[in-house]
Amino acid sequence: MATNYFGLCIGVTGLNANDNPGPGIAVIRALKEGLGNDIRIIGLSYESLEPGIYMHDLVDKTYQIPYPTAGIAALADRLAYIHDQENLSMIIPNFDAELHNFIKIVPELISIGVKTFLPSLNELGMRDKVNLLEFGNKNGLQVPADHKLFSLADLQNAAEDLKFPLVIKGKFYDAYVAFNMEAAKKAFHQLEATWGYPVIAQQYIKGTEINVAALGDGKGNNTGIVAMRKLYITDKGKAWAGVTVEDETLTELANHFAKITNWKGGYELELMRNADNELFILEINPRFPAWIYLAAAAGQNHPAALVKMAMGEEVAAFTEYQSGKLFIRHSWDQIIDIAEFQQMSAFGEL
Amino acid sequence: MMIKKNIATSENGFIFNPATGDSFSANAMASVILQAIKGGASSTEIKLDILQKYEVNAEQLDRDWEDWIIQLKEANLLEIE
Repeated sequence: MATNYFGLCIGVTGLNANDNPGPGIAVIRALKEGLGNDIRIIGLSYESLEPGIYMHDLVDKTYQIPYPTAGIAALADRLAYIHDQENLSMIIPNFDAELHNFIKIVPELISIGVKTFLPSLNELGMRDKVNLLEFGNKNGLQVPADHKLFSLADLQNAAEDLKFPLVIKGKFYDAYVAFNMEAAKKAFHQLEATWGYPVIAQQYIKGTEINVAALGDGKGNNTGIVAMRKLYITDKGKAWAGVTVEDETLTELANHFAKITNWKGGYELELMRNADNELFILEINPRFPAWIYLAAAAGQNHPAALVKMAMGEEVAAFTEYQSGKLFIRHSWDQIIDIAEFQQMSAFGEL
Repeated sequence: MMIKKNIATSENGFIFNPATGDSFSANAMASVILQAIKGGASSTEIKLDILQKYEVNAEQLDRDWEDWIIQLKEANLLEIE
């Protein structure tokens, strides 16, 4: 039987379900569960080896889109073409680095009938890693001290001020914990070469890692909040297993964030709780986390709620979720025919 | 002494703290005591019950009890009084 959302066509990025996964596959899984299997999912990929492209039970068709460095005109042109083919109802971008361009072209997307549910550029900028300390200081949020690094001299100053260990972070992605200057220099060069300046040196906080996935309604409230404690962390610092936890201070923190930013869309607070029970905000990611399906499994389907809000539905805020729900990620060798890979590589569509 | 209200315990001794995500495995004795505490029994009642059922003297039980309380506190499972 067709659902209310029959024919809804949703473009989703972040199909790189690898050891540092994009959120796309988890978002799609939640959408199908929340809106029904008769919605149409259009994958938007950057590379031919993103595993989600070939998950045909989840993704109906995939189109390659230009890298963010190609600029907004190239993205707008490509999305207009895809819309002509697929009649997209809405797009859910899932990468930090692409959000700037997607937000810039929101008016063009609206003009062709494609909906989004995204924060403004101002909101995007205020929680940027480069601005996070200032944002925290201004709003009474605890953020570890940091230095912005443009040179090795800056790194030396940061080490003297913050002491080792230091967390050396890339502008968009990646972070390394450096226990001495040699390791810090290596991380600095690697991150500067990959993501450009500034590289960020952040004070290391020892404690328990907790992440909060939330969905802001754009009016100062959260429609949903789910907290997760990491149980198994990969060498890239990513959660490979986690469990939902329930703590009023985490809810209050997320509600405070939504109130001061009027955040619109999914976001994730990456937190560290130290031995004195103090909560530090390590990062604020401007999109759903890769573990967002756990939130749906625990009773709060944020991606489905986001689509409903984008479509103009009144969505009541979730008031509870089940604590003690675990996710355990796993690897899976997906077998595809070379013809499919060839089709995607040569024509950018599959 | 009160175990935090939201702490989940199972009959086989698994303890889960939903506020922190911590989980623990308790042995059979600890599991029985936890169930008794959650059921509203006082420490005096529980100790009396242990003295009646097991071959242990009161001094040894008190020492073990103190160790047990310290472990519960360290595990963040007790209500702060």
